[in-house]
Parts: sequence; C-alpha cells; structure tokens
Amino acid sequence: MSTSTTLEEPKTGTWDGGNEPLKASYGKLMMWFFLLSDAFTFGALLIVYGLSRHAHLPYTGKPEDFSFSTEYWPIPEKVYNAFPGLHGMDLPLAFVALMTMILILSSVTMVLAVEAGHRMDKNDVQKWLLWTILFGTTFLGCQAWEWAHFITGTDEGMILADGSRVFGANLTVNQYGPPLFADLFFFITGFHGTHVLSGVVLLVMIFINTVNGVYHKRGHYEMVEKVGLYWHFVDLVWVFVFTFFYLI
Amino acid sequence: MSSTDISIHPDVHHAHDEHDHHHDQNFLEKYIFSQDHKVIAKQFLFAGIFWAFIGGFLSVIFRLQLGWPEATFTFLEPILGGWIQNGKLDPEFYLALVTMHGTIMVFFVLTAGLSGTFANFLIPLQIGARDMASGFMNMLSFWIFFLSSVIMFWSLFLETGPAGGGWTVYPPLSALPQAIKGSASGMTMWLISMALFIVSQLLAGVNYITTIINLRTKGMSMTKLPLTVWALFFTAILGLLSFPVLFSAALLLIFDRSFGTSFYLSDIYIAGEALTNTGGSPILFQHLFWFLGHPEVYIVILPAFGLVSEVIATNSRKPIFGYRAMIGSMIGIAILSFVVWAHHMFVTGMNPFLGSVFMFLTLIIAVPSAVKVFNWIATLWRGNIRFSTGMLFAIGFVSLFISGGLTGIILGNSALDIQLHDTYFVVAHFHLVMGAAAFFGMFCGVYHWFPKMFGRMLDEKLGAVHFWMTFIAVYLVFMPMHYIGIAGFPRRYYNWTGFETFNIFTDMNTFISLAAIIGFGAQFLFLFNFIYSIFKGRRATQNPWHSNTLEWTTPVLPGHGNWPGEIPTVYRWPYDYSKPGAPEDFIPQNVPFSATQSSNLPNEKDLE
Repeated sequence: MSTSTTLEEPKTGTWDGGNEPLKASYGKLMMWFFLLSDAFTFGALLIVYGLSRHAHLPYTGKPEDFSFSTEYWPIPEKVYNAFPGLHGMDLPLAFVALMTMILILSSVTMVLAVEAGHRMDKNDVQKWLLWTILFGTTFLGCQAWEWAHFITGTDEGMILADGSRVFGANLTVNQYGPPLFADLFFFITGFHGTHVLSGVVLLVMIFINTVNGVYHKRGHYEMVEKVGLYWHFVDLVWVFVFTFFYLI
Repeated sequence: MSSTDISIHPDVHHAHDEHDHHHDQNFLEKYIFSQDHKVIAKQFLFAGIFWAFIGGFLSVIFRLQLGWPEATFTFLEPILGGWIQNGKLDPEFYLALVTMHGTIMVFFVLTAGLSGTFANFLIPLQIGARDMASGFMNMLSFWIFFLSSVIMFWSLFLETGPAGGGWTVYPPLSALPQAIKGSASGMTMWLISMALFIVSQLLAGVNYITTIINLRTKGMSMTKLPLTVWALFFTAILGLLSFPVLFSAALLLIFDRSFGTSFYLSDIYIAGEALTNTGGSPILFQHLFWFLGHPEVYIVILPAFGLVSEVIATNSRKPIFGYRAMIGSMIGIAILSFVVWAHHMFVTGMNPFLGSVFMFLTLIIAVPSAVKVFNWIATLWRGNIRFSTGMLFAIGFVSLFISGGLTGIILGNSALDIQLHDTYFVVAHFHLVMGAAAFFGMFCGVYHWFPKMFGRMLDEKLGAVHFWMTFIAVYLVFMPMHYIGIAGFPRRYYNWTGFETFNIFTDMNTFISLAAIIGFGAQFLFLFNFIYSIFKGRRATQNPWHSNTLEWTTPVLPGHGNWPGEIPTVYRWPYDYSKPGAPEDFIPQNVPFSATQSSNLPNEKDLE
C-alpha cells in the first residue's frame, strides 16, 4: 500500500484539542475563573474604600494629640488597639496581627493537606484539614470579638459638639470618625468574613468526605486541591483588606 | 485513495462519556431540570422570547404616551388598572416603563436570552463536545436565572410598581425609597433579581470558558474554532470580569437603601427634611455601574458578531474574510471595553483632561469595529449569496451596526456629548448599534440554527416578511430620533408638550410611535412562525445550509451526548467554502486533507 493509506492523524499540539491545554481539569479551571471573578468583586469594594477615604480629610496633627472626630479619617493604630483580656492597654494592631498570623497558618496547613492528598495519605489529609478548620474557625471567632469591640466602643467614646458622647459604632454613627469609616469596615470585613465562613463550610464538607473515604475510592484528592485554591484566595484577599484598613 | 476510518480509535474522547448512559430519563429530568446543554439553550431561548415580548409591549405603552400626548387611554385600563388615571398614564409609571424596558431588554433578553441560548447550544456542538464541562452548574445557571426572572416579573405587579429610577439605577434617586414610587419595593426586588442574575451569569460564564479551553475535540485548535465560539468565549470573559463589579455596587446600594449606610449618599434634603447621610458619593456608583455597563454592551453585541460572521460566510459560500483579523479585533474590543466606561459620565463634572483620555480610548474602538465591518462586506463581495432569512438578518445586522456605530463616533467626543447627552440622539444611537443590531444577530441565529434545535425549518417566506417589516420599522423609528435629539429633545420626559420648542416634533413623535407599533406587530409573525414550525414546519435535513461546522455532522435531532458514535475529529478550519478544485462548494471540518487531494493548496499537500 502507498503512504496515502496511513491513517491520518490530526495535530496533537498543546492547543490542538482533545486534551487539557492548561494541564488542569475542568473543575480546577472553573475554580480559577471563579476566583478571578471574585477578585474583581473585592477589587471593586477596595476601590470604594480608597475613593471614600480619599474624599475625607486626613488627620494632620501629632499622633499623641489624636482624638476621635467625624471631621477626619482616624488613624488605624488608634482605633484597633484593644486586646481581649487586656482591658485599657494600648496595643496597636496587636490583635489583628495575631488574627492574620492565624489565617496565614491555616493556609500553611491547607498546603500540607493538599500535599498529603497527592501522596494519597488519607490520615494526613484528615489531620491537616482539621487543623485548617480549627484555624479558620479561630479566625472567625477573633473577627467576632473584633466586631463586638468595635460595636461596643471605648470607655471614653467620642465627645460631640453638644457635649454628649457616642460609644462604639453602627452603620449610621460611630465614635471613631466619619460614618463611612464604620460602614466600610463592617461591609468589607463582613464580606470577607462571609467568604471565610463559606470556606470553613466547604472544608467541613470535604473533611467528612475524606473521613468517609470518598476521595480515596475516587483515586484522587482533587476536591481538596480545589477548596485549597479557594482558601488561599480568601487568605490573599485578607492581606489586601488588612493593608487597606489597618496599615494605610 | 486514502481511508480514514476514525472509528478504530477506541479512545477518541476522554471526557463526558458517562453521559451516554443516562437514556432512561423521566420527563422532569429530560425537559425541566435537564442538564443537556441543548435543552438548557432552548429554555433560555423561550425565556428570552417571553421577556422580549414583555419588554417590547412596555415600549409600545410609552410610545403611545409620547406619540399621542393629548389622547386618553381609557382602553388600556383593563390591562394597566390603576396606572391609568382618568385615561392618563401615571407619570411615575412612565418612568417604571422605561426602566423595565431597559432592564428587560439589556439583561434578560440580550444577555441571558442571546448568549444563554447560543453559548449553550453552539459551544459544545461546534467544538465537538458531548456537553458542557459541568451540566449541573449549567442547569443551576438557568434555574437561578429563572428565579431572578420570576422576581423581576413579580415586581411588575407591585402596587407601587417596578423599579423606576432608569435601568442604570443611579442613586440617590434609587437609594431613597421615599423619593419616587419606583424606588420603593420595586427597586428592592430589582436589586435582588439582579444579584441572582449575576450569580447565574457567573455560573454560566465559568462553564463556557472552561468548556472551550478543555473540551475541544481532537484537532480543534484555537485557530480552527468557528468565529461564533471565539465570540462567545470573549463574551463569557467580559461577563466574568465585569458583572462582579455590578454585584459589589448593587450590594452597597442595598445597604444604603435598607441598612442606613452612606456609601452613595451625602447632604440630601428630601421634602424639606435633611437626611443624616454624609460622606458618600453618587458618582462612585456611576463609576462602578459603568465598569460593568460598558463591557455589558459588548456582552450583548459580541455573540451577534459571532453568529453573523458564521451565517455570512456560510451563505456567501466564501471563506470569512480575515479570520484572524476578526479574532484580533474582538480581542481589541474586549480589552478596550474595560477602559472606556467614563464616556457615559462626561457630564458628571469630571476633569476635562480625564474626559479627553476616555474620549481617545473610546474612539480607538472604531478601529476594530471598522475592521469587522469591512471584513463582513469583503466576505459578501462577489460571494455566491443565498438570501436565506438568517442571511437577511445578518446583512441587516451589518447595516444597523454601521448606522448606529457612526453616531458612536459623534457621541464619543466629550465636547459633542455635552450637547447631545440625555437626548434622543443617544437613544437612537444605542438602540441601533446594540439594541436592534443585537436583536438582528439573535434573529439571524434563530433562523439559521432552528433546524438543528428543532429538526424542522422555519418558513422562509414568512421569515422574509418578518425581516423586511422589522428592518424598515427599525430605521423608521430610530432615524427620526436622531433629528429630535440634535434639536435637544430630552430623554426620560413623560410629557414634553409644556415646552413650546418641542411642539413642532409632535408629528414626528406620532410617526415614530406608529413605526414602533408596526415593528412590534411584525414580531408576532415571528412568534407564529416559531411556534408553528416547531410542530408543523418542513422537516430539516442533516445539513440544510451546507455548512462546515461540526454541529451539522450530528443527527438531525441530536440526542443526549450529541454524536451517537465517536466524536468527529477536526482537520481543517471551518471556512472551506467554494474551494477551487473541490467537487462541492463546502468541505466540513471533519474531512481530512487526504480526502480532498483535488482541492488542497500547496501548503496543505504535506498534511495529506
């Protein structure tokens, strides 16, 4: 037979079809695209923060003379300086630093869970998922305390022009500064907290599946990887939220 | 002679073979909660048609008011009830009508109805996949859209009426329930409905993108994809990146409305009473809204680009002119669409320098748009044109896109826009370039792919009547609007008879309204044709248009899994029409080069 009888094969390059060009399953790709989309959601919210803050006057006096006023945006160190159990002490950003450490630690344990999944080590996956759930829940607990303190307010509160005092914050008035300061704090950290909560729910679900051996029977722990992607993303977003609210 | 029996590859395709096994589905799984992309596409199509008639009907009501401002509409009382007082349309209801017309047409018809239908239907069929990457998420996307539709539809029947602050829902008007009736519970439902709509778009979008990347059949490289798939790919990316910003904006607006925050509100007096809100900025909402809003117009028009490119090439019996230029111009449009949003805001008091930057970026979009238009015309040029109804609508699309696009160049100039902003010139511009044009793209798609969807043909004669009536009506409605717009006639006014200047346009407004009513009436021809042909239409053959793309290699009515046997392998691009030396004037994508030795070009010889 001549060469023309050989079976004609289509091209088989990376993007020539019939394969996974990005070397990722469809589920993983979907998670990536969802995260890209979610990044725009958070991006919009952080831009709102930036623009709102820019529209308000900054505090120009000396840091020692700072007092809360609706006239200017407060200095973060003066707002977030409480620590549970250490009432009355000025510990700027200490608690939020601890929270951040806990969340970053949860990302580390998540990496270890994913890595254990690659080794098909069911016990290790369980162990590290449990640690991640623990750290995630602790972070949420810390945030609840932070919110509670923010809502209750300091002992002194803010003195208004008519001599009365405002304690704590809600969505319409707050003792720390312009109303938008509290609005944005509640909205953006709350939106992030909702993401962490969803992440914890997902983690609990895959933990139960892991215990029941669902992934072991399936032959791969890709679901752990996908939830891991989400978890790291939420962690990364926190870094930006932290930077915007607490550092600058 | 070469033999290419591809059936000797047992493992031609790897994904979704499990879909072959569920053949014993009950009615609920097969037609209601179906995970089959073809059924979901039809569900989107039916929902889209339903919404299009609602949206069209609303526009007819407000055109009655604009065309005959002195008339009494007592005959409408049975339908509109309390919205007609002593035969006069309630002015606040007029605002609700235009708001809902815009919302329904832009989001529910031309976003969900257009890309929902054709992305679902065409992506798996044209790339050679058994179904979408995740059928379940696809189903979820439709049902969340359905829920959002139910809420939006329900809001039409509220006592205070549906949302009335314009489809752009600018605060502070939309943020203050006490401002107008249309900002009361109707606006709350609008926001809830849109939030659900965005979730649905997100689920659909990740699915479309992932499917195109991962599930292309063997040989279907990115540069062998039909332009429809490319267009739907960019549409999905635009939606994925722009809708979340609207989501953020809507959530903040919900908080302003319901929980007392001040994100968009500051220093407002309403009915003599000062509101406590302070520090927010309504302009901020406009920035967030138009960051979605501008890509949204391309979300609406890109699928039409794709459908029209495919139909024009098929029916001109010529390869599409400038295939790669078409893809490149779509990339250009997609990227530019994210950096031009502030051209909707030239009169918000923005820095004129910033305005000039946005003007410059806006005008650049004319370049890729012109590339596309010239490519379509060059494809038609000396083609062996078959004037099928789909083709008529495709050509009509090109015509409308040119007419509407030219005024875009005028409006994109920040200096000219100050004169024309919020006049009927703007209304005429966007209705031609994205409203009517996208509708024409959608009609073109429905007429062309109807045989694949329902196994029957739409009636071509009725189709031609539908086309000509719609085409003429669209021009008769929107061309005069340019003139009254240039004269300064403002948008969103319930009644203009109080202005001496505008009384000379009474006849022209009556004329526009008549044309609009005739145009709307013509759509019932389509509705009849559509429903009748589903049941009684002429039976379609497997490949009625002699087209090259893969969907025409499936059986007349493809079942679950699309191809009964192996998925075809792809060897060539989708535009081998009228190739010199070939016995037929089309060579489908799954025909290997070894089978077409008489027509192979020199560079294709080594592919044999």
